[in-house]
Amino acid sequence: MFDYTFSELSSILVMQGFAGLILFSVFILMALGLAIIFGQMGVINMAHGEFMILGAYVTYLTSHLFQDFLPFAYPAYFFVAMVFAFIVSGALGLLVEWVMIRHLYARPLDTLLATWGLSLILQQIYRSTFGAREVGVELPDWMMGSLAVTDTVEVQVNGLFVMALTAAITVAVLVLLFKSRWGLQVRAVTTNRVMSGAVGIDTRRVDRMTFGLGCGVAGVAGAAFTMIGSTGPTSGQLYIVDTFLVVVFGGAQSLLGTVASAFTISQSQSALEFFLSGSMAKVITLLIVIGLLMLRPQGLFVLKVRR
Amino acid sequence: MATDDTSNNKGLTSPMRRKLLKGMAAVPAVAAFGGGMARSSFAADGVNTTGLAVTDTEVTVGILHSVTGTMAISETGSVQAEKLAIDQINAMGGVLGRKIKYIQEDGASDWPTFAEKAKKLLVQDKCASVFGCWTSASRKAVLPVFEQYNGMLYYPTFYEGLEQSKNVIYTGQEATQQIIAGLDWVVKEKGAKSFYLLGSDYIWPRTSNKIARKHIENFLKLKVVGEEYFPLGHTQFNSAINKIKLKKPDVIYAIIVGGSNVAFYKQLKAAGFDLENKQTLLTISVTEDEILGIGGENIVGAYACMKYFQSLDNENNKKFVSAFKEMWGKDIVIGDVTQAAYLGPWLWKLTVEKAGSFDIDKVAAASPGIEFTGAPEGYVRIHENHHLWSKTRVGRARTDGQYDVVYETADLVEPNPFPEGYQ
Repeated sequence: MFDYTFSELSSILVMQGFAGLILFSVFILMALGLAIIFGQMGVINMAHGEFMILGAYVTYLTSHLFQDFLPFAYPAYFFVAMVFAFIVSGALGLLVEWVMIRHLYARPLDTLLATWGLSLILQQIYRSTFGAREVGVELPDWMMGSLAVTDTVEVQVNGLFVMALTAAITVAVLVLLFKSRWGLQVRAVTTNRVMSGAVGIDTRRVDRMTFGLGCGVAGVAGAAFTMIGSTGPTSGQLYIVDTFLVVVFGGAQSLLGTVASAFTISQSQSALEFFLSGSMAKVITLLIVIGLLMLRPQGLFVLKVRR
Repeated sequence: MATDDTSNNKGLTSPMRRKLLKGMAAVPAVAAFGGGMARSSFAADGVNTTGLAVTDTEVTVGILHSVTGTMAISETGSVQAEKLAIDQINAMGGVLGRKIKYIQEDGASDWPTFAEKAKKLLVQDKCASVFGCWTSASRKAVLPVFEQYNGMLYYPTFYEGLEQSKNVIYTGQEATQQIIAGLDWVVKEKGAKSFYLLGSDYIWPRTSNKIARKHIENFLKLKVVGEEYFPLGHTQFNSAINKIKLKKPDVIYAIIVGGSNVAFYKQLKAAGFDLENKQTLLTISVTEDEILGIGGENIVGAYACMKYFQSLDNENNKKFVSAFKEMWGKDIVIGDVTQAAYLGPWLWKLTVEKAGSFDIDKVAAASPGIEFTGAPEGYVRIHENHHLWSKTRVGRARTDGQYDVVYETADLVEPNPFPEGYQ
């Protein structure tokens, strides 16, 4: 590290910080949908990755739709695709909740098995529909490449896009949860389901909408990830471990905890990755998380919940 | 006819059935003998002394790949190529006058399943040969099965070497065939002095990079400025990319596989690496198949070192590509491994005909020296060590997802699965 000039080192430091922030955004985006479902409802949704990939496939289809029918609007297709992704994944979420999840609220561990089965089913459906090979999602030109801030510092456009998107969605979800009537109901159900029912909240409806929202957010995340990752039948599996890691580490019931844990994990991982190899960085990050979870089994932030 | 046979035999115990079948098999053989047909010189007994599934009109082989699970993405092409080859061989009259019938099993991207299905194909179905496997892990899982039950496996993937078996023919390249010529080329052509090695974290990339490092440091006397591995399925390469920026290597040498590939090249492009004009990148893990997922615009300008590219300009390949597209659709692309898989049934047919027998031992013994002039990649020959002599080529990625071939070795490269000085 000694044969570099000061300006080289400082610009790398800036870009490295930026890389950490991108990773942070990606983690939040991945984890937000799951945090809503797992945190608020206690449902362990193993099919979370598949809901994300559904969003990615919707993006893929939308891009083709625009290429064929609305070529002049192509540069803006991505925004439409994200809306579609939210609607389609959210709708599937509502359906799944109605068919499967609502029968399993009393048995949270069984949701793990059931949603795992669901994830296998969805994977095979994708494989039969779109083929086993990955599909390439083409992006409009303006979303690729990087902005040269100085001669040596370059920031990625899609990174900025992911960060902006993450900020927007996080704020939207927080507002929805803490400022809206529906959010109040969700929080009420989370803290005390029986009592909420007793004061007239339709807990079933709240559950369904919460699950749908979580899946919809996952769909948007999937749409955004076509910029940085692959879109294939099993790509969802790439995200699921990190997603659970972030949610559990943050403390399941706390959205703020999710944000904090995404920040901790992403920064340590991206810094470690810079100094060590990718695999070792992962190992050490996981060790840190395990260590901290031994000290604080409930996660970083704990919400008092009556069980 | 065939359906009658099976319905008659229902309920009979298996030894009796076998006797009965043998008896039945003799009838047409005698009839053919009387007619003086050429094919009659190989009665089922003569060409098949070990009880393989060979009748006078048919020979059964197995296809064993993952068509479900993570690996389906890669293995689908191999299945398609093997079926095409079998169809073409049958259209030409089959092997020793017998049509090839295949039984396809799904390894489901799960290595124990591969072993179990391999056993089924060998023990229950008595397959005369099996075309299959893709990952090294699946090959390692089935290897003891093939050795124990004496089967014949044609394995299509380029792999890390360090293996040789009487029961396997490796139709892909072992590591040195893929690595050394490519490195020599990039040094000569691009004047490369420093290398940054990247890979997914498992045996093939690690072994390959080890060979690459030895070759760069000990034989070329050049520098490796970084070597790094990522867990399979890794999707965040920004830190690694920053490191590459800092080290400024002349060549990025990438052996990243699967979905990670897509993330890596997209992020590399987003970070401002211009593979077309500024940065040289050489990979041995991206075929036309992978580019479908990566997107041609994200990888244009990268160099890949393979033995086959779909764009190869020779008569064999033109015929192969058009037949492949006719069978599997015009939008399909053909990667290196797909072509290697296509060689399997053909090499087996040639070997069986040379040996004059389907017996595994005779086929294994007859394999060295088998030449296939109709290979899409050009002429290939089986080496004593059951790998293929083949040329090494370097291609440059275009935006449409195809490669321009920019270099090919003058001669066939000798396969050397246990390279000395590289261990």
